[in-house]
Amino acid sequence: MTFDEITKRLRDAFGDAVVEAKSEGVPEPFLKVAPGKIHEIAALLNDDTVLRFDFLMCLSGVDNGKETLGVVYHLYSMEHRHRLALKTDLPAADPKLSTVSDIWPTANWHEREAWDMYGIVFENHPDLRRILLPEDYPGHPLRKDFKVPEFYNGMKVPY
Amino acid sequence: MGLLDRQFNNSNVIITSMENLLNWARLSSLWQMQFGLACCAIEMMAAAASNYDFDRFGVIPRATPRQSDVMIVAGTVTLKMASRIKRLYDQMSEPRYVVSMGSCSNCGGPYWEHGYHVLKGVDRVIPVDVYVPGCPPRPEALMEGIIKLQEKIRRESLVKKSA
Amino acid sequence: MPADSTGTADTPLTTSTGRKIRREEMVLNMGPQHPSTHGVLRLELVVDGEIVVDVIPHIGYLHRCFEKHSEAMTNYQQVIPYCDRLDYLASMNMDWAYALAGEKLLGIEVPERVEYIRVIMAELQRIASHLLALGTYGLDVGAFTPFLFMFRDREKILDLFEMTCGARLLYNYIWIGGLSHDIPPDFVTKTKEFCRYFRPNIKEFNDLLTFNEIFIKRTANIGILPADVAVSYACSGPMLRGSGVKFDLRKDDPYGIYDKFEWDVPVGTGEVGTVGDCWDRYMVRMREMEQSLNIIEQAIDRIPEGDVKSAVPRRIRPAAGDVYVRSESPRGEIGFYLVSDGTGSPYRLKARSPAFVNLSVCPEICRGYMIADIVAIVGSVDIVLGEVDR
Repeated sequence: MTFDEITKRLRDAFGDAVVEAKSEGVPEPFLKVAPGKIHEIAALLNDDTVLRFDFLMCLSGVDNGKETLGVVYHLYSMEHRHRLALKTDLPAADPKLSTVSDIWPTANWHEREAWDMYGIVFENHPDLRRILLPEDYPGHPLRKDFKVPEFYNGMKVPY
Repeated sequence: MGLLDRQFNNSNVIITSMENLLNWARLSSLWQMQFGLACCAIEMMAAAASNYDFDRFGVIPRATPRQSDVMIVAGTVTLKMASRIKRLYDQMSEPRYVVSMGSCSNCGGPYWEHGYHVLKGVDRVIPVDVYVPGCPPRPEALMEGIIKLQEKIRRESLVKKSA
Repeated sequence: MPADSTGTADTPLTTSTGRKIRREEMVLNMGPQHPSTHGVLRLELVVDGEIVVDVIPHIGYLHRCFEKHSEAMTNYQQVIPYCDRLDYLASMNMDWAYALAGEKLLGIEVPERVEYIRVIMAELQRIASHLLALGTYGLDVGAFTPFLFMFRDREKILDLFEMTCGARLLYNYIWIGGLSHDIPPDFVTKTKEFCRYFRPNIKEFNDLLTFNEIFIKRTANIGILPADVAVSYACSGPMLRGSGVKFDLRKDDPYGIYDKFEWDVPVGTGEVGTVGDCWDRYMVRMREMEQSLNIIEQAIDRIPEGDVKSAVPRRIRPAAGDVYVRSESPRGEIGFYLVSDGTGSPYRLKARSPAFVNLSVCPEICRGYMIADIVAIVGSVDIVLGEVDR
């Protein structure tokens, strides 16, 4: 399916939840959706026989600046060989999003990483712990306003 | 211990000082604790494998700190790993030596500036005897490091620890 | 097959004399410093006797802040040395993947000569990486000699790289838009020599390790990963192909000039056990080395003339936008999500590392096996902690 057909399919099913669809003037077309609907949209993308996005290639957190964080899903269909970039924006003060790890189990670790690095809370996640950094590390380091701590457990951190 | 060889000509009696004998024994069988952390670990493995063959220096990789004399810290030490390194170092029996292999464990290497989770030098948690520079050091460089360590052990004294 | 673990920890076992034995689960820690974990991976094993009930991987002991560094660089090309250190066993593939992302963002084409050299380098690197993976896998299950044989041949590939760019392990060779410098004059003859030398050795490895009775006993029917689980966990590379899914990005989402060569994608067939077991994953790697040799032999004679630096941009300042570009590394799908905000350095760079994703399926395939099998299973995933933790 082409990007426009996928967009139409989602617009038909969810209407205004598809906030933006951009395919011109960008290196890669993407869809922007409302964060509240992400679980339903993901479920449709996975279950629908024409879409059948069964391979979640990547899930990335992004700090957009301007007081928002973003989550980007890159999906691929092993059956139909088409792909899709799905974006959603969250307020940086209270970033909450439903998990998709029940739909694509691979999202489990990616979401833990996004929590670790950006502090994005994935609701209903089975095991939302820090994955790379130690449990007691202060802050979420990939946020643009992160300050490197002077000491961690008695060890000096800056050079 | 070069003088030792000549004593073998006539009889089986060797006369040497206790200090020399101990140092000779120690430096000729430096069993290393394989502490591969990152990229340098691959070069450490290469050093132990066919082409470079560390065995000829008496360096044999051991998997446990209790059986090893020298810890080769090969790779980037992170804050999460630092406490484990300290603990494993404490488990090694005396005399113990540490070779810091590669820029990362020497001083943080390429991660010195923005590495919020990188310890800038393993010498901040354990004492280091020999630093091997390079990113990663070639196996030859690690070999030189081991030879330097052997020289250091050769100069050791029972009475006072050599600097 | 998973060992029989009837009953739960609460139900007591009865001995032949009728005595009841209380069963208890126990937590066993493996790593972060363990010779068989291929780096600083820590596994928390919940065991019931010798049988593993659950596995909880703990990673991050080598988290080197790659993504922060790439944001902090002043130039897109400066990220490449860090990409090298991501997957230090396959630096060429990492460089190439990042270069592809940068080129897509900039919209530039690279000269034909560059494409050919990149393919040759990437395939040589794949062989070197697989040699190390298979050699250390032999070590894991108790065979020391293949390790020495494979390292001997790996050194020959490293010599080729060293002669090209001066480094043995981390090359900084493939740049956005081209290469750091051209191949030396005798590279072509030396590479051909290597191909001639190496092809018979694969048979030697097979005799030595692959069809060894003990090796088969240790790996066949162990750690079975069904194809549907592999896809839902987004496994890639030999992990996915070992489960019988014929999916290789070089064929199915072609990049570079892979569509110009004749070669085959090996998949696991369950030759000595079940499809998707450790032996299948091992064998896929072994067969991939042959295919890589095929590609190299076809490419090495067809390298066109040209300037490898003609397309390297002086100043890289892509327009604002983002791309996700993926390619096939020896471990699977390496993807870079690269965001530009119009300045001279990346705004955000996320590395989707294959080993990170492949490792996340580990608890699924470890449950129900013996502790000694965990070593075989983790080894067959072929993780590199540099890219798991980034």
